Amino acid sequence: MDKFDKLTGTAAPLPLVNIDTDMIIPKQFLKTIKRTGLREGLFYELRTDEDGNAKDFVLDQPAYKDAQILVAGDNFGCGSSREHAPWALLDAGIRCIIAPSFADIFYNNCFKNGILPIALPQEQVDLLMDDAGRGANAVVSVDLEAQEIKGPDGGTISFEIDAFRKHCLMNGLDDIGLTMAKGEKIDSFEERRKLSQPWA
Amino acid sequence: MSAPRTLFDKIWDSHLVDRQDDGTCLIYIDRHLVHEVTSPQAFEGLRMTGRTVRRPEATLAVPDHNVPTSGRAQGIEDEESRIQVEQLSKNCDEFGVPLFGMDDVRQGVVHIIGPEQGFTLPGMTIVCGDSHTATHGAFGSLAFGIGTSEVEHVLATQTLIQKPAKNMRITVEGKLPVGVTAKDMVLAIIGKIGTAGGTGYVIEYAGEAIRDLSMEGRMTVCNMSIEGGARAGLIAPDEKTFEYIMGRPMAPKGGAWEQALAYWKTLPSDEGATYDKELVLKAADIEPQVTWGTSPEDVIPVSAAIPGPDAAPDDNKRSAIARSLDYMGLTAGTPISEVAIDTVFIGSCTNGRIEDLREVAAVAKGRKVAENVRAMIVPGSGLVKNQAEEEGLDQIFIEAGFDWREPGCSMCLAMNADKLAPGERCASTSNRNFEGRQGRGGRTHLVSPGMAAAAAVTGHLTDVRELS
Repeated sequence: MDKFDKLTGTAAPLPLVNIDTDMIIPKQFLKTIKRTGLREGLFYELRTDEDGNAKDFVLDQPAYKDAQILVAGDNFGCGSSREHAPWALLDAGIRCIIAPSFADIFYNNCFKNGILPIALPQEQVDLLMDDAGRGANAVVSVDLEAQEIKGPDGGTISFEIDAFRKHCLMNGLDDIGLTMAKGEKIDSFEERRKLSQPWA
Repeated sequence: MSAPRTLFDKIWDSHLVDRQDDGTCLIYIDRHLVHEVTSPQAFEGLRMTGRTVRRPEATLAVPDHNVPTSGRAQGIEDEESRIQVEQLSKNCDEFGVPLFGMDDVRQGVVHIIGPEQGFTLPGMTIVCGDSHTATHGAFGSLAFGIGTSEVEHVLATQTLIQKPAKNMRITVEGKLPVGVTAKDMVLAIIGKIGTAGGTGYVIEYAGEAIRDLSMEGRMTVCNMSIEGGARAGLIAPDEKTFEYIMGRPMAPKGGAWEQALAYWKTLPSDEGATYDKELVLKAADIEPQVTWGTSPEDVIPVSAAIPGPDAAPDDNKRSAIARSLDYMGLTAGTPISEVAIDTVFIGSCTNGRIEDLREVAAVAKGRKVAENVRAMIVPGSGLVKNQAEEEGLDQIFIEAGFDWREPGCSMCLAMNADKLAPGERCASTSNRNFEGRQGRGGRTHLVSPGMAAAAAVTGHLTDVRELS
């Protein structure tokens, strides 16, 4: 997993609420057995019409083609647990998503892939949404260590993040490696349970 | 005396392997269900790092999302789907994970087969790379969906890194009116709390109307917890739970059964346990429900009219309603019962169990599917299919003009060949009415099995109580 410390780039506005993971990546792209190459499926039905022609979706507009930040509405990533959603976002270069709230499973999946999801009060998201609407001229900076976002006009917004998740993201840590280092604790837990709950 | 604890607290505490100073916990996972769509990258991860599956015997795999629901003997026509299903078999073989393959009578939707086999037991932690894992909470087990990275984590370590969720209790008091089911109850709850109302919480469902539900009904309610934003739903285990589990192939037997039973009886929330959030509903107020929009929270009683953007409290909501109405091809103010449908889908992890099929048969018996309506019934598992056939339900369905198919996820998410065409309108017993969920441009109305059957025979959304 790539580390995340600071990010400066264009932010793309996606002012819809309840963007579900079916919308982020429709089912026909879930048949892959790989994690890569999912960019093609990202927001496929918002991006293309039924004949596959481009619909001038925000991420396809010249001003946003290099966007690394997405600003979206409430309850982003609801629905299916498919990790293909963050994989597709990452494959398209998105490293940070800012929204008033996120669905739990998606939020968690982001951290496993080096993507920073930031939840902010609606008013602050509204401001950043306006900034994002100004296109490539509106550069937004995200500093994970300082837990700050700087808008194009110099205003600063602070954000909250769980300390352990921040640590893992900043250092690009592999969760499984961390847990395997606690192997003895898992062993002894299993030993205890063999006695107390042999059916489990 | 220790402080009173909720069912969730008890399960959490008993699965704690480690707790860091920052509050991050390592919790033990008792059961891991695996399907073909969200597991290939996890197995590949194990392969690349030379890791193994820590407890293959606590893991159970089944192909369900991609499998065809007709002509199964010919295999899977779609190449990508076929590769994914074959990959699951290869991975299970290589890592020693038990698998119910496509030709196994026990194959079915992952959340149907877990309970059916007695793999799902009270007090356990159960995960699967699928958001509807919440289903298993009906047994008083903490069950939730995870992403593929976490699937790999559980395969390798039998644990997950988590922080405890908050406790919410939803109490449904009194008795449900006749003709109103578990599906209507959970849709009404989602309508009330909203699709993000349960975010950060585990919902415990309580009250007389919940206790009165069969295990099938309880599974339907817990299944849709995720549609209200909660990763998990829970119902305290009781005599009904124990009776359902007893004698199932993977359930404990003999002395182990007695020992397990004694433990399970300690699980219900203690008197005086506190919740971070509480909601109380009266069962008598719940009518059969129908969704009109593109989020499960867009739900109304079947007697109501379709709302318009003016009903919304803010601009974001107003534009969401306008967008939904446009996608759904509906006009605000139209009574929902006047909306004609093209297709009926009965099945899924929400409503693909035997009781659901009996509900459909009760409506279908002696009636015919309306002209121009295609109606399919997809049983949740091979065993559900067999039981329905033993009871003669298949004959009722076939005589009425329903298409009786093989088990799988089918048109709930349309990864196999069962899908809606653009603009096609469907009364569906599944769980999501998202844009494009059942096929690009498809229009989904979520309903109970009885309501779906009623729509099939009348050709429009109908109050099932008018047909009895």
